[in-house]
Amino acid sequence: MAAKVELSPEVAARIDEAVAARFGELIEAQMKTQAEAKAAARPEKRRRRLAIVASKGTLDMAYPPLILASAGAAMGWDVAVFFTFYGLDIINARRNKHLQVPPLGNPAMPVPVPNLIGAIPGMTAMATKMMKSWMKQANMPTVEEMIQICRQSGVQLLACSTTMGVMKVRPQDILPGLDISGAAAFLDFAADADVSLFI
Amino acid sequence: MPISPDHVLDCRNTFCPMPVIRLREAIDKIGAGQVIKIVATDPASLHDMPAFARNTGHELLDSATTDGIFEYYFRKSEG
Repeated sequence: MAAKVELSPEVAARIDEAVAARFGELIEAQMKTQAEAKAAARPEKRRRRLAIVASKGTLDMAYPPLILASAGAAMGWDVAVFFTFYGLDIINARRNKHLQVPPLGNPAMPVPVPNLIGAIPGMTAMATKMMKSWMKQANMPTVEEMIQICRQSGVQLLACSTTMGVMKVRPQDILPGLDISGAAAFLDFAADADVSLFI
Repeated sequence: MPISPDHVLDCRNTFCPMPVIRLREAIDKIGAGQVIKIVATDPASLHDMPAFARNTGHELLDSATTDGIFEYYFRKSEG
């Protein structure tokens, strides 16, 4: 055991000062290393992904893909909707203003319409008008407004190239700024999707 | 303990997905740490709002229901 050395007050004060400074430095360095190790250990939070195929072109079926897509985008998900077959009408600049819903063979209509009545000319226009008025009363945006919302929130709206060929839809018929895609490319996107829906 | 919000968003008489979409728009515009209160009549909001919190990382501080009116208090998170 070392003999106790008497220090002069000045030396003792200098030692205290040096120890305090050095101690502070060591603590800070240690905390920094620990924080970096913690950050490195935490996995990068992955963005969730939603892939939707929209294959129907009636007014009632235009809403589900657009509502799900915009809700996903609002939560920060990475969303793409692939419009194929009749679903392409939803992003067809001319046709998407005239989407209709037929009561014929549609027992799910809130107002039941016997098929014999539903087949009468004008019944589809009437059912469409009714649905539009329900949407308006519920303050639901129109299909065009929903598309705008999707665009603004970064949802990828993709036109099926095959459908365009089969149904003679030209690129200028599609809403401006949208991409044309194919099945393989869309499946590639959907492979990493958390949620994939066929509508 | 009553929370005093910095902002209030009225989403009454709108249905899913509108409350969630409008909340996202509004919360993007406010500063981190600020509190926004959203008022809704859509029963789906009871499930949509916690899901929004879980998926975005913003904090759902509190919620209350009075006569079919739902109120939610969110605090905007950093990052």
